Amino acid sequence: MNSEATTGNGADGTPRVSYIGNGSTLRSWLLTKDHKRIALMYLISVSVFFMMGGLYAAAIRLELLTPASDLLETATYNKVFTQHGVLMIFFFLIPSIPAILGNFLLPLMIGAKDLALPRINLLSLYIYWLGGALTLIGLMQGGVDTGWTFYTPYSTTFSNSYVMLVGLGIFINGFSSILTGLNFIVTIHTMRAPGMTWFRMPLFVWAHYATSLVMILGTPVVAITVLLLAIERAAHVGIFDPAIGGDPILFQHLFWFYSHPAVYIMILPGMGVISELISNFSRKKIFGYEFIAFSSIAIAVFGFLVWGHHMFVSGQSIYAGLVFSFLTMVVAVPSAIKMFNWTATMFKGSITFDTPMLYAMGFMGLFLIGGLTGLFLGSVGLTVHLTDTYFVVAHFHYVMVGGQVIAYLGGIHYWWPKMTGRMYSEFWGKISAMLVFIGFNLTFFPQFILGYLGMPRRYAAYPEELQVLNIFSTAGASVLGVGLVMPVVYLTMSLINGKKAEDNPWMHPGLEWRTSSPPPTENFDTPPVVTWEAYEFGEDSGLDIEGARRRHQESVVNA
Amino acid sequence: MQNTSWIPMFPEAASTFAWQVDVLYFYLIAVSVAFSIPIVVAIFAFGIKYREREKFATPEEMHGSMVLEVTWSIIPFIVSMTIFLGGAIIYFQQYTPPDDAMQIYVVGKQWMWKIQHETGQREINELHVPVGRRVKLTMTTEDVLHNFDIPAFRTKADVVPGRYTYLWFEATKPGKYHLYCAEYCGLNHSGMIGSVIVMEQRDFDNWLSGNVSGQTPVEAGKDLFENKLGCASCHSGGQAARGAKLEGIFNTQVALVGGEKVLADDNYIRNSILNPAAQVVEGYQPIMPTFKGQVTEEQLNSLVAYIKSLSPNAAAAATAAKPAMAAPATPAAAKPASK
Repeated sequence: MNSEATTGNGADGTPRVSYIGNGSTLRSWLLTKDHKRIALMYLISVSVFFMMGGLYAAAIRLELLTPASDLLETATYNKVFTQHGVLMIFFFLIPSIPAILGNFLLPLMIGAKDLALPRINLLSLYIYWLGGALTLIGLMQGGVDTGWTFYTPYSTTFSNSYVMLVGLGIFINGFSSILTGLNFIVTIHTMRAPGMTWFRMPLFVWAHYATSLVMILGTPVVAITVLLLAIERAAHVGIFDPAIGGDPILFQHLFWFYSHPAVYIMILPGMGVISELISNFSRKKIFGYEFIAFSSIAIAVFGFLVWGHHMFVSGQSIYAGLVFSFLTMVVAVPSAIKMFNWTATMFKGSITFDTPMLYAMGFMGLFLIGGLTGLFLGSVGLTVHLTDTYFVVAHFHYVMVGGQVIAYLGGIHYWWPKMTGRMYSEFWGKISAMLVFIGFNLTFFPQFILGYLGMPRRYAAYPEELQVLNIFSTAGASVLGVGLVMPVVYLTMSLINGKKAEDNPWMHPGLEWRTSSPPPTENFDTPPVVTWEAYEFGEDSGLDIEGARRRHQESVVNA
Repeated sequence: MQNTSWIPMFPEAASTFAWQVDVLYFYLIAVSVAFSIPIVVAIFAFGIKYREREKFATPEEMHGSMVLEVTWSIIPFIVSMTIFLGGAIIYFQQYTPPDDAMQIYVVGKQWMWKIQHETGQREINELHVPVGRRVKLTMTTEDVLHNFDIPAFRTKADVVPGRYTYLWFEATKPGKYHLYCAEYCGLNHSGMIGSVIVMEQRDFDNWLSGNVSGQTPVEAGKDLFENKLGCASCHSGGQAARGAKLEGIFNTQVALVGGEKVLADDNYIRNSILNPAAQVVEGYQPIMPTFKGQVTEEQLNSLVAYIKSLSPNAAAAATAAKPAMAAPATPAAAKPASK
């Protein structure tokens, strides 16, 4: 019997069809308007891109095992690191949490039956596929070797690779982000259940609100930039190319005006997940709810004012450099606020160390390092030395992988029972969480030292005295690789032989846990009315804790 | 091939910036440790002390604390401001070249560094400089972005097509140091490397005199100006000439047609050769043809150097920095070019 097809009993006592069982034809998936089905399709597509990007990462680390450029031709290496960046950033990191977990959970968390614009939601998936397909065609044709930053005039005039095709893929993919962001904002404003006030929303929703703001305000700028590139190439109007009167630095300004806020698209949703995990696995209302909520908004707003900190050595005015450095330091404050509040939330809690919580604690450690090294890079005089070295590479991997990817994995584990109706293997979950943490640190911590020693990024070959640290890094990457492949295996296995998940296996108060696992297509039998505050764990919030304890006791006895 | 530092896995420090950057670096490490220890200890301590005692317990609810929130907002803010200030002070020095520095021209191209000394000597992928002297690099590129990066000096700067950027340093220790291109520039980016060789002044002077110098940039510029490009036919002859007077203009404010003023610096001179109609001097017609495509980056450097030499007062600072020994090195062509 396929237990995911039905999901408990409806209000009238008859078996109820889950969103997974509601149609099994390809058509029922491809033309669905159900946010949960769209999220699952995103999960599969994004995972494919993540694995491809991971293979490129493996190639990079293997090449860097030896100082000489020997495993790969230099030309190939340049394409490999470019494509690693393009796939990971535009097709994995940016859509990961918002498009998968956000899509699945946002309506459930605020008690809605879907996103406000379900057709637009499906459209954004198709746009993602189209952009991804064009990019993949570009890669198959021969790839692109400009670095993910596409700096001019190399990208416009000198590179003989498929810049325009890949650029077009990224341009189109951008509209997917814009539509998703728009959809989230409209949904949060208009679809909240009765009683779900702004300050009763889970912080995951707040984080997605902030992310959406960045998506709809920032992404158009990168679209404009790509358009300007196309105009320059087609009509020979001097915009970025100095040979025809353009300014290559202008490209950097426009690129980073989007891409810096995009960095926050790649961390804010992760912070939202972590707020959920820390609070729920401590069974305690999050400390400083309003401060965490508004710090997300503050990060989103300040994120638009610090793009110049990518350009400290570009020849921009030193006064501009000083202003950008100052503003960058200001962004440190809301990030610090979050760290302290998360830590304080654990104080006097009732903490369990299930796999998602292990990921959340790993996130705190890694984001701490990622954030603090951000101060190194924000401090202009120091960052002149560090710019374009492995210090930068290590820093942004600590934030994006140590932050967003760890949060994403924690979130996937946490909500897996809700999404699939099955429990994964807790044993393997814990093992993989620890392997990821150890492997990640072993990979990227040596790169901070390499960076201060001066090893430039995007180098296929490097001086011999730097080999030892590079060997550590590659060794760590293989541990990390194993840690990341394991969830693919045991999560897939859980679909076949996993224990059937209860509706609320963790006994957590969020609305998403107050419907069946997996939920029915319309999410809730009766539209919920919220009478409790966010993260309220007591009996007042309507949780049947006594019943859950009893069931837990029985399961222990049976085992 | 490099010297090693007494701290393990720490880069050689060989310029006047290096110790400042290193101090800031260690300050930041101290700050990081000071913030991390309480947080990590708290996470572990809370994790052990408040681990689950009863399944699905409901711990007592706690309300936020304004005092705590304000405290842990203000302390990071103050600390981050000290980091900002420290960085700002160093940055200001790194990117404010002193007037009396020794001039060296750098032209980047895929995938090599072409360097010319003021006394005419050229080198490729190597830069010889004397210890204890301020050196200013005036840099541009023939193609894409590059970045002149000397980790042992703790400084670097992008090299941008179509304009001059500057880098300066004062080396403190003789030795051979890595020179990297730090801005991705295509196929052989990781091969665009070389060495900076810091020498005692006497060794440097010997090195200079042991190399064929050919024409100095100023001499080459004069030759281009007067003969090869024929600039002199319009630009000499005082106020009556068709072209603007160039004597004494460097580093002064020049009035333009339309009432604007512009500082006549390297970039202005360069632009006026390549794109003369853009900023025409008050009182002249926009009749000068462009020289874009007719002069190489190195010739442009020479022309700019020559035009600067026409302003003895402004250029005096640069000339004053020339060592007494460097002057006789110029006719070194007489000696056999031995290395």
